[in-house]
Amino acid sequence: MEKELRELAKKLLESGEADVVIGYGRHHDERRRAPVFVTDPADVEKLIFDERCLNNLAGYLNKRYKLLGAEFSKPAVVLKGCDAKAAVGLIQEAQLDPGKVTLIGVCCEGVVPDYDSADGERPFKCEICDVHRPRNTAHVVGDLPEAPALTEYRPSERAAELAGKSREERYAFWREAFSKCIRCYACRAACPLCSCERCIADSNQPQWVPTSGHELGNWSWNIVRAFHLAGRCIGCGECQRACPVGIPLDLLNQHLRRVVADRFGYVAGLDPEARPPLTTYNEKDAEEFIR
Amino acid sequence: MAEKEALTTKTADELVAEQTSTPLEKMEEPEPSEGKWEPRIVAFVCNWCTYLGMDLAGTSRMKYQPNVRVIKLPCSARIDPLFVIKAFENGADGVLVSGCHPGDCHYNTGNYHARRRWTVFRELFSFLGLDLQRLQFSWVSAAEGVKWVKVINEVTDKVRELGPNTDYHNLSR
Repeated sequence: MEKELRELAKKLLESGEADVVIGYGRHHDERRRAPVFVTDPADVEKLIFDERCLNNLAGYLNKRYKLLGAEFSKPAVVLKGCDAKAAVGLIQEAQLDPGKVTLIGVCCEGVVPDYDSADGERPFKCEICDVHRPRNTAHVVGDLPEAPALTEYRPSERAAELAGKSREERYAFWREAFSKCIRCYACRAACPLCSCERCIADSNQPQWVPTSGHELGNWSWNIVRAFHLAGRCIGCGECQRACPVGIPLDLLNQHLRRVVADRFGYVAGLDPEARPPLTTYNEKDAEEFIR
Repeated sequence: MAEKEALTTKTADELVAEQTSTPLEKMEEPEPSEGKWEPRIVAFVCNWCTYLGMDLAGTSRMKYQPNVRVIKLPCSARIDPLFVIKAFENGADGVLVSGCHPGDCHYNTGNYHARRRWTVFRELFSFLGLDLQRLQFSWVSAAEGVKWVKVINEVTDKVRELGPNTDYHNLSR
C-alpha cells in the first residue's frame, strides 16, 4: 500500500498536478508519525502509511495556516477516511476550493494511540469508523471495501455515562477538568475546522472571553469552543490529543454530535453539498423547551 | 361653563394621577428587599415581538417583578449564546431569551435559526452540569403583554427559589 501511495505521489508531482504532497513520515518517537511535505518526486520514499498515522492532516488545508495559495498552489494531501470528513467540512463551508487540492484517500483499518497503549486499544473514532475506505476523495489508495455511511451517532461509553450522571456530578467533573486549562489554545490550533482568521477568543474590544487562565475564563473558552463546533465537528479527536493538561474535550464534541444527529438528523462530514445544520432550519424542529 | 372650568383647573399632576390610576389591577407596594436576597434576571429580547409585548405590558399598566434587566436586540437570531455566558459571568442568576413566535419573525427565518442554536446550546449547558432552570426560552408576541408578565414572573420566582447562581459565581476569577 505504501508502494502504491508513493507511486501516486510521484505521478502527481511529476505531472505537475500537485506541487506538494503532504503525507506521513518518520518521527523521532517511534510511536508517532510526523507530517512530511514532499515537493521533489525523488523524495516520495519518505511517505509512509501504517497504523501509527493517527494525526489528521486535513488541518493543513485550513486557510488559517496560509499554506494554500502562498507556499503551495496545488497541494495533494494524504487523508484517512475520517480525515477526509474534515476536508468535506471545509468544502461545505467554502473554506476550501475542491478544484485546488488533490485529496488522496488511504484505506485504513484503524490507528493506535500515540502513547504506550494496551494491545488492541483504539481511539474512539476507530470504534465507530464507517470510512475504512475513504469517501469524497479524488484517489483512493488501498483496497478495503466501502461501508455504508452511519447516519446515526453513538457517543463513547464514557460520554454516555457522563450524560447519565446527575447535574451536580457533571458540574463537578467539568469544574475539575476546566480548572486545569492553561488557555494555550492548542485545541484550537489542532482543530482542522477552526477556520476563523480572528478567533472570538482573541477579540479584545469587546472582550468576550476573559483571557486569564482563571476558572471563569476557562469555562467561557471551553463553552465557546464546543459550541462553535456543534454540527461541524467530524470527531477526529485532535483537540483532545493536543491538550497538554488532558481535558477530555472530545466528550463535549461527542455529546453535541449526538444531539445534532438526534435532533436534526445530521452527521457531519458525509456530504460536501449538504448545509451544515446550524446554518439552516426546519420549520418542524422540536421546541418543547420554549414557553 | 362649569365643566370647562373644571377641566382647566386640574393641575398636570392631577391629570397624570388620574390617567395612571386606571385600576387594571391593584398596584401593590414593592416588597422591602433590604437585607433580603433578590435574583438578578437578564432578558435578551427581540426588537419586534417580545420587546413590543413588554411595551404593551407597560402601556397597559401591568406590573411585573422588577428583577429583570432587559437587553433588546434586532432579532432572536442575534442573541449569540456568548451573550448568555457573559450575563452569567457578570452575575446573572437567571437568563430569559425571548423572540417572535415561529412564522412571525420580522426577518422571516431568524427565529428558526435561533431555535436550532438554542437547542444545541441548552444541551451543552446541561451536559456541563449547569442548571437549565436558570436558562429559559420563550416566544412572546407584540400582543402578548399578559404572557410576558406571566413568563417573567414565573422565571423570577423560579430563580428566587433556586437561590444565587453559585455554580457560576464561585468560579475563580
